[in-house]
Formats: sequence, structure tokens, C-alpha cells
Amino acid sequence: MNAIEVQDLRKTYRNGVEALRGVSFAVEEGEIFGLLGPNGAGKSTAVRILCTLSAPTSGRARVAGVDVLEDPDEVRRRIGYVAQESSVDIQATGRENLALQGHLQDLSGPGLRGRVDELLERFDLADAADRMVETYSGGMKRRLDVAMGLIHRPRLLFLDEPTTGLDPESRAVMWREVRDLAQEGGVSVLLTTHYLEEADRLSRHLAIVDQGRIVARGTPDQLKSELHGDRITVELAEGADVERAARCLADLPGGSEIVTEERTLHVQVTNGARAVPAVVAALEDAGVRIAQVALARPSLDDVYLRATGHSFETADAAGEGEG
Amino acid sequence: MKAIRDTLQLFMREIRISLRMPIWIIISIIQPIIWLLLFSQLFRVVGSLGTFPGGSYLGFLAPGLAIMSSLFSSAYGGMGLLRDIERGFVDRLLATPASRGALIGARVLHAAVTVMFQAAVILVISFVLGVRPGSWVLGTLIVLLSAGLLGGAFGAASNGLALLAGRYEILMALMNFTILPLTFLSTMIMARPLMPGWMQAVTRFNPVDWAVSAARDGFDGTASGTLALHFLLLLAFMAVCWLLAARAFGRYRARN
Repeated sequence: MNAIEVQDLRKTYRNGVEALRGVSFAVEEGEIFGLLGPNGAGKSTAVRILCTLSAPTSGRARVAGVDVLEDPDEVRRRIGYVAQESSVDIQATGRENLALQGHLQDLSGPGLRGRVDELLERFDLADAADRMVETYSGGMKRRLDVAMGLIHRPRLLFLDEPTTGLDPESRAVMWREVRDLAQEGGVSVLLTTHYLEEADRLSRHLAIVDQGRIVARGTPDQLKSELHGDRITVELAEGADVERAARCLADLPGGSEIVTEERTLHVQVTNGARAVPAVVAALEDAGVRIAQVALARPSLDDVYLRATGHSFETADAAGEGEG
Repeated sequence: MKAIRDTLQLFMREIRISLRMPIWIIISIIQPIIWLLLFSQLFRVVGSLGTFPGGSYLGFLAPGLAIMSSLFSSAYGGMGLLRDIERGFVDRLLATPASRGALIGARVLHAAVTVMFQAAVILVISFVLGVRPGSWVLGTLIVLLSAGLLGGAFGAASNGLALLAGRYEILMALMNFTILPLTFLSTMIMARPLMPGWMQAVTRFNPVDWAVSAARDGFDGTASGTLALHFLLLLAFMAVCWLLAARAFGRYRARN
């Protein structure tokens, strides 16, 4: 049985925004699955539907073996949910936050108290347990968020952008925690992120979401190997003819795919080191002036670029503020 | 019963939040002192116009101000709910199997209990100022109960309106717009016979006046058949407001 099965999920908000336009994927038991996409791609909407906070316009979703529309309460008992924005109660202590969450999940008595201590210890919050959360650092609040999601030992945890806004050190701690959860705890994790690096490092399978659709899926390695070869990024000088540059690069031997974006050309080549001089020579012969040339091993950036036709950074900046 | 357990847990959270704001407690105590002194001075002449039970305007004012504090503090209860929505607390709650009615239930209960505390403070202070109720135990209970019922009702209404309005500014404006007319269209600070005729008629339909009348009847020890009627009306009013809030919460959930 899969931890999550999603079929053709669609969501149109009342204001007409189509957040999801037919999304299907499955998350295997015990794996970390990454939903990667820029801001506004529809990741949070997908998570909110799977956590029963939002109803889909159409489509089906089974979470931990239960249909989200048929028995939402059973889904809620089986999952842990950690929202994009930290949702700890800052007017309470860490211990009180955990205890209340436990009570709402029908835990009580010594069992709950033990579980609270265990989680405080595990997430390195024991010393701060009886302090008001108002005084916690961003990383501590985020760890408390995750601990609260785990209070009732769910087999499936949703982490909506768990490291957004964290400093690099706190991010590294969070990554270790998430990995431990899946490897030692056997917990399935659905993680959304708009950090390519995060998806690459943590997830066993991932799906790239763009404008409400899944545009690529597979293991990070599969996705990257589909690109076979390296990427040369050529930034042209101001006023250079991008079309002409693209035409003359298309004839190069070993160059497979070219994506243009404003003044920048992304060229996929089998052997980057060998191709760079040829690319530069070809452009110079054609009289196209170059501002900068860079060579990189394939990354999820390239997978994203190839799948959507625009670079991740551009999409992320454009979707900023749409959630 | 899970619904009751969840309600109590969330209620305890609200109480903890209140108790951790010492300024809230201090204001709750100082405010009625100022009110009692201010209003009894400002409206001193009113006391000489009519006959007041026990002959003192302060004695007339005390149960009225207990209801005033109940109204003024519960009417803004929805602000806390907006804060909880903003901070993600409500979503986190909704992603657990917690009873869907518990959130509103806990907030109504919290509104009722805090206004009863504030009403009790007013009674104590008025006692210090020399006011003596006609009926000690029963009178006090009736004042607290009237304050609690009205506070619960306005707490519920405020939460419902907060969910419908979705913004602090709108809720504030709505409540500011409502509270003062309701106050002055009641016998809170003015005796009924001293009001214009049309106003006397309007007070009959004002829930605030139901609470004031019930509290005063109890306090003076002149409880009569109208006391039971006022309690029933208050109960019905609270039920309607609660229902409105629960419906608004259902709508809020469906909107997402």
C-alpha cells in the first residue's frame, strides 16, 4: 500500500485561481517524497487538500490508506501536519504546545507526558521546555513545529517548506532530523520545498510542480541523467541578437537542446569541457558578443528548466507572494 | 466525550493566555473602579431625579456596570480568533481530529468566564464603596449569571462576525458601532421611567437590557416573573449567537 495516492487532483479557488490543474502522484511507504516547485506552483494547496484542510474541486486522494473526503477524521488521526508558516502557539511554553497537541490527538496521562519529554529531548528543546515560545529562535520554533506534528506517532508526516527562512545551520539540523525520521523511524514524509538542493538531497522520489501541474517526476538521479551531459550557460552582451545566437549554436555537433531566456542561452551538451571553446568560437564567428559563459554539471535546475521552459529563479520570483 | 474534552483543553489555553497578561488583570480591576467613580459623579443628578432602590444611584449603577464590563470585554473576543487564524493555530487544530465545535465552544466559554470574573470585581468594589445588595448570595449569583450569559452571547457573536469579516478593522468598526447604542438603549445607567417613551419601548428588545434588568432584579432582591423571562431570553439570544458563530466557522472551513 502506498502512503499517498493522488489521482487527477484539481483545485480552483473561488476567486477563479486554478491552483491545481490535474495532479497525480504516489508516495511509497517509508520514503521521503519531494514536491518541488517555485512559489505559487500549487504545492501548499496540494498539501492542504491531503491534510483535509481544503476540499479538492475534483479528483481523488488516499492518504495513509484513507480517502480524504470519505473519512477526514481518520486521515487526521494518521498524519502529522507541519504548515509552511510556523504555527506554534507563542503565548504558551514548548511543553504546553506539545501537551495540547497530544490532547487533541486523544493522548493523555503519563503516556502523553512521557511522549512530550521524549520529543523535547529528541528535538533539543528540553532546556527550553518551560519557557514561552515567544523567546525561541526561528530554528527552535520550527523544531517544535515538527515535534508537534509527531506527537501521536503518525506514519506519515507532511512538511510544507520546513526550512524556508532558516539559517544554514538550522537547515542542516532539520535535514538530519527529516532523514532520521524516514530511515530510523520508518515514517513516510511528503516534503514541499522551493529549494532545489533540499529536494535533491532529501527525497527518494520527487515531482516538479509548475503552475498547478506536475512537469517531471522520478528520482533526483533519474531526472538529472535524462539530461545526459553538462549545461553551458551563455549570457550575451547587451543588445546582442539572441535568435541568431541560438541558430548558430543549434548547428554545433554534440549540442542537443537549447533554451533561451531573455539574453541567456542554456545549451545542453554531452561533454562540456570540449564544447565550450566551440560555442565561444561559433558565437564570435557570427559576430554575437558574449558577456559571460559558465559550465555546470546537471542539477535539478536544469531539469526544471527543461520541463518548464523557464529557469527556476525567474518562476520563483514571479510567484512570490502567491503562496 | 471528545467534544467536551477538546473544548476544555482549548478553554484552558485561553485562560492561560489571559492569566499571563498581568496588564489585563490590572485593567480588569482598575477599570470598574474608574467607571464606578466616574459615572456616579457624572450622573449624580440622575440620582436626585428618580427614586432608586435603596435610595442610592451607586447601588443602581453597580449591577449595570457589571453588565457594561461584560459587554465591552466580550464584544472584542473575535480579535483573538483572527489572531489564531493568522498564526496558523486554527489550521493546525483543523488538521487534528479535534471536535469541530470545540474551538468556538472554548471561546464562548472563555468569554463567559472572564466577564463573570470582571463582574465579580465590580461587585466587590461597589461593596467597598458602600453599596449593599438586597440579596447577598442569590443576588451575586444572578448578577454573575446575567453577565456570563450576555458575555457568552456577545463573545460568540464577535467570533462569528470576525470569521465573516475576516479583518480586525471591520470587526472593530462593527463592534464600536453596536456597543454604545445598545448601552444607551438600556437601563444600564438610566432608570426606565426617566427615558423617553419610545426608548422605553425599544429597551424591551435589547438583549443588553435583558441582562441589566435581570442583574438588577437579582441584586436588589426584587426578583420577579420578569427575571425568569429575561434569563430565558438571554439563553435564547446566546444560543442564536453561538449558532451564528458555528455556521460562520463552517463557512470559513469550506471557503479554503
